[in-house]
Amino acid sequence: MWDYNSKVKDHFLNPRNVGEIPDPDGVGEVGSLACGDALKLYIKTDDQNRIKDAKFQTFGCASAIASSSALTEMIIGLPLQEARKITNDDIADYLGGLPKEKMHCSVMGRDALEKAIADIKGEAEKPVEGQIVCECFGVTDREIERVVKENHLKTIEDVTGYVKAGGGCGKCQEKIQVILDTVTGQKKPVGKKPSKLTNIQKIRLIEETLEREIKPSLQKDGGDIALIDVEGDRVFVKLQGTCASCAASQVTLKHYVETRLRDLVTPELTVEEVQ
Amino acid sequence: MGVVYVDNNATTKVAPEVVEEMLPYLGEHYGNPSSIHSFGGDVGRKITRARQKVASLLGALPEEIIFTSCGTESDSTAILATLDAYPDKKHIVTTRVEHPAVKNMYEHLSRKGYRTTFVPVDRKGNLDLEYLYRNLTDDTAIVSIMWANNETGVIFPVEEIARTVKGKGIVFHTDAVQAVGKIPFNLNNSRIDMLSLSGHKLHAPKGVGVLYLRKGTKFSPFLIGGHQEGGRRGGTENVASMIALGKSAELAESNLKEENDRVKYLRDTLETGLLESVSNTYVNGDTKHRLPNTTSIAFEYVEGESILIMMDQFGICASSGSACTSGSLEPSHVLRAMGVPFTAAHGSIRFSLSIYNTESEIDFILEKLPPVIEKLRQMSPFWQEFKKQSEQKS
Repeated sequence: MWDYNSKVKDHFLNPRNVGEIPDPDGVGEVGSLACGDALKLYIKTDDQNRIKDAKFQTFGCASAIASSSALTEMIIGLPLQEARKITNDDIADYLGGLPKEKMHCSVMGRDALEKAIADIKGEAEKPVEGQIVCECFGVTDREIERVVKENHLKTIEDVTGYVKAGGGCGKCQEKIQVILDTVTGQKKPVGKKPSKLTNIQKIRLIEETLEREIKPSLQKDGGDIALIDVEGDRVFVKLQGTCASCAASQVTLKHYVETRLRDLVTPELTVEEVQ
Repeated sequence: MGVVYVDNNATTKVAPEVVEEMLPYLGEHYGNPSSIHSFGGDVGRKITRARQKVASLLGALPEEIIFTSCGTESDSTAILATLDAYPDKKHIVTTRVEHPAVKNMYEHLSRKGYRTTFVPVDRKGNLDLEYLYRNLTDDTAIVSIMWANNETGVIFPVEEIARTVKGKGIVFHTDAVQAVGKIPFNLNNSRIDMLSLSGHKLHAPKGVGVLYLRKGTKFSPFLIGGHQEGGRRGGTENVASMIALGKSAELAESNLKEENDRVKYLRDTLETGLLESVSNTYVNGDTKHRLPNTTSIAFEYVEGESILIMMDQFGICASSGSACTSGSLEPSHVLRAMGVPFTAAHGSIRFSLSIYNTESEIDFILEKLPPVIEKLRQMSPFWQEFKKQSEQKS
């Protein structure tokens, strides 16, 4: 049983500002069903760029709902440039602290807020930055670097608590350690060698990578993938089995299949699904 | 209403008769059963009777019963003793839905160099027997398959599997921790070599278990020490708990009918009631081959921990296959192995009943739980999305 304090419980059992704003100025959506939590934040501003109203919808555990509720309470009435400064720690502090394994709930709040504000400002959605490190939860090296720096994290467990990375199959824990070492200045990052492949080499390597790395991993969850065609740097695939009907299949495709192919074949590749 | 306890696959209430039976052995009767004097010897005789009662529940011989400290010790002992007995065999087989007591031991052995096969299950949680049999080789040392799954209650055809496995000269072990006391057993008529059970799952206290070891099975002890348990498990006996387990085995044998009539009726009432009153809800696992006390219900588009904590406000104790409750971040390996989609795996709740549950408790859950799901769905972006999509369709 988690040790939730009374404020967290109160925000969970009596969440503030649940719902939808019919004509919002900004919406921020993070998380997914696959990951086990998701937050959709709606913001309405006034003519002085002040947050007039905020509402949320959350799928997740008690601390995810409490963090969302707290976030809306914190930002209503704030000018956008002030709201922008809110960190995940501010959300956790507002709730009087969260169990360390649950810090990712506060990170989710901050991420949704950032996205909603970017939406108001009309900024294009930022493409996923960096390389995926944790395949289970689709967490990139940049995201890990950021939480490590901002929250002075020291261990892999800390990182898992904040962004979930490393909490699934655990295969990426070595990579997380390298990031921790790099950020804390203990090791220099290793640069990747650029390589130039002929078309034949490229296709063969794509096939090999699919067979050796990607297929077995998808098959474990009852899914599968077939290579349909390669045109230049565009790889066309068809998802099969449980992947074909999985709500998270686009995440799998972009965050896992594409990343692995880019890592192991060439960084220019894009993966597209053929229906 | 006070505590409504429907989490009996996690642990059970110690039966009052069991407490009464064991208490003197925590008090005045403190003798060591190994002693020559009658003060200790009397305790030894009491343990003999406890052993007989456990043997009777299992349809086994008293000398085939080894008392241990828990189900996990029984599992570890069974597996390691077999590998010790067949040092040249390097392949071990189990299922993908096993309890961590076996699953993590197999993963540990895999890192030590053993080749492991984890047999998959289908969408209903039934074992792929064809896959199992296809993977048995001359190199296979042991097949360990749970009798019934702790999360879904699905029962595997363990006796049938044991016949085939034994036919190939391979040792067969079953983790029957969830099954003992809930369904009838007759190990004499089976070809099972080893079976694990745990006291606290059948109304005895925590800290005592049993390993059934068929007469003639090759064995080496896990705890090496004194002559206790026929030299098969060293260490001074946990006297009071063994006596408690004996009593609880006796009770389980006489309650077997009630378990399969009244408890099953209550479970079915709860299950049907929830499926009728809450939409987008279904049962995980094959309802035809299932323990009488267990149901795993998936509430789509909501998350399990939230459900449990809201139920906790009403004193209702259940458990979930969700990630967030366990401290791990991934949903239950059992539900994932069955291919339960994420929409449902995160919101799956396990209710496990016992003879101590009452009809009014079930009514109470049926009154309190549907509004909890409704409240959480109102908050869930996926539920809102789902509703919009179904409105568009109609």
